[in-house]
Amino acid sequence: MPRWQGQLVKVDDYRWEIPKNYKTGMRVPGLIYASKEMLESICAEQTPEQVANVAFLPGIVGHSFAMPDIHWGYGFPIGGVAAMDIRNGVISPGGVGYDINCGVRLLRTSLSEAEVRPKINQLINALFHNVPSGLGSEGKIKISQKEMNQLMVEGARWAVKHSMGSEEDLDATEEGGCLGGADPSKVSDKAAKRGMPQAGTLGSGNHFLEIQVVKEIFDSHIASIMGIDEIGQILVLIHTGSRGFGHQVCTDHLRVMEGAVSKYGIKLPDRQLACAPVESSEGKDYLAAMACAANYAWVNRQCIAHWVRESFSKIFGKSPEKLGMRQIYDVAHNIAKIEEHTIDGHKLKVCVHRKGATRAFPAGHKDTPSRYREVGQPVLVPGDMGRCSFIAVGTQKAMNETFGSTCHGAGRVLSRGAAKRSMKGRDVVRELESRGITIKAGSINSLAEEASQAYKDITEVIDVVHQAGISRKVAMAIPMGVIKG
Amino acid sequence: MEKAFEIIDHTADVGIIAYGADVKELFSNAALALFSLITKPESVEEKLHLDLQVSSEDTDSLLVEWLNELIYLFDVKHILFTRFDIASLTHNELKATCYGEDFDPMKHKIKVGVKAATYHMLKLDKSDAGCKAQIILDI
Repeated sequence: MPRWQGQLVKVDDYRWEIPKNYKTGMRVPGLIYASKEMLESICAEQTPEQVANVAFLPGIVGHSFAMPDIHWGYGFPIGGVAAMDIRNGVISPGGVGYDINCGVRLLRTSLSEAEVRPKINQLINALFHNVPSGLGSEGKIKISQKEMNQLMVEGARWAVKHSMGSEEDLDATEEGGCLGGADPSKVSDKAAKRGMPQAGTLGSGNHFLEIQVVKEIFDSHIASIMGIDEIGQILVLIHTGSRGFGHQVCTDHLRVMEGAVSKYGIKLPDRQLACAPVESSEGKDYLAAMACAANYAWVNRQCIAHWVRESFSKIFGKSPEKLGMRQIYDVAHNIAKIEEHTIDGHKLKVCVHRKGATRAFPAGHKDTPSRYREVGQPVLVPGDMGRCSFIAVGTQKAMNETFGSTCHGAGRVLSRGAAKRSMKGRDVVRELESRGITIKAGSINSLAEEASQAYKDITEVIDVVHQAGISRKVAMAIPMGVIKG
Repeated sequence: MEKAFEIIDHTADVGIIAYGADVKELFSNAALALFSLITKPESVEEKLHLDLQVSSEDTDSLLVEWLNELIYLFDVKHILFTRFDIASLTHNELKATCYGEDFDPMKHKIKVGVKAATYHMLKLDKSDAGCKAQIILDI
């Protein structure tokens, strides 16, 4: 893969522009959020070219954005944000990704490191047993086609109705855990068949379940509103998405979009950017199917959170309520949403694609849950399994600049193959254990692929979004126990 | 053709380059490459066969659809394939008989879960000397 040879224009220490005249066909400039040091790895591949390619899409407004965790994806870069005017713009399944509504959910507990450390092995074993994970894992909830249709429409509420969670969880979930406009008739039989057996599973790849210890609090006021009170407190992070269901929805609709591109005469620099006007039948059908997959993913995280609470309850002999296991928040980081934003003083309805990017709405926004209305929507940014994760909040600056969006994680720098080669002969499990991290994985293979050096340092990523003002960091936690698929 | 396929690295995922004396052989080798990523090919026996028909707009997208059909069959029906007899292949339709067996966790070690074949960086070259295709897979 050759280095990217284009020129970036420095806007300030954390913003780098790809001018509109870089390539004929760009409708808006590109804007990359990064430190000078990070540009080296960003330009090592053709990632900035992908930022420029997204700027070709009809109806794009503002900039084609790239967050500091950006890396090379299919068509769209991962860590990309693009908003299209719904009157003349397009929706692109590639701008959402295969794993529709891949996202993270964070639970707090009132437990301390000192209480959990002696029982960590028991706890990890209980979680591993209770939460189905791994390649081809099938769920312990058996759902019929009729129930599948219901959960596609109802989202996380479906699980709450089945005694897995509470109203309070829904209130602490982006969109209340249910994206409107879901229509199961726009989902293929194949997708439903892939989805049914996999509901309520963690999956494999980069998905995980992590017991974390709060290590640093940057803003104690905001942290206390989230229920993060002290250093050493235990949190639980769940990272998963819509499994094979989302992949099939994406695959099916990419094929439809292939036809739409020629039908509507859209000129694209990359086939994987296939898209259709938001208001076309192809565009609407995709949005209706995507909402089904997004809702499925929220059901998935809702079920897993319930089993996490059950497992803690079993090991500590107390109810989840007594253990203070409340949900801090749940965010999607692969999704497209129709939102209203102010552009040049005018209110405009746009379709915001966030692919490997998180919504970061500010204090006072109507979609920020009431309990966070005063401080801003929580933003959850997981790092790799050997380092740390951050909790932040959205800001007005994000609203003004990036359509209320920020980074989503660390971002890969090494391919899975390269990561595995770099770990050759090393014992990942033992190395992590020597640092106080207990790990249980379905496959040792997948562990080496997810080793720390395969990812950017999350601390650098979060510093960029904090310094640039598109998020504000609140707390940092390190892993103590990890379950990988 | 000496080499049937190669596996290539991609930052977020993995790719395959398949070769073939003709397009039929190329399609067969791309499918072999896919299953070699999922498990050890020599561990899969021919215990069942399935007739498949796949259609698409052009040869490039037919290749993607073909691999996606096989990914779907493994994900939902848990079948591992090891041989592909491509009976007919036009620019937009393929008919094949696929041989393999049901996935058995005691017998087959799954190396990686392949979730989709993508259009990203998709390349298919046909010449008198032979065919070559590059496909990136989402894992």
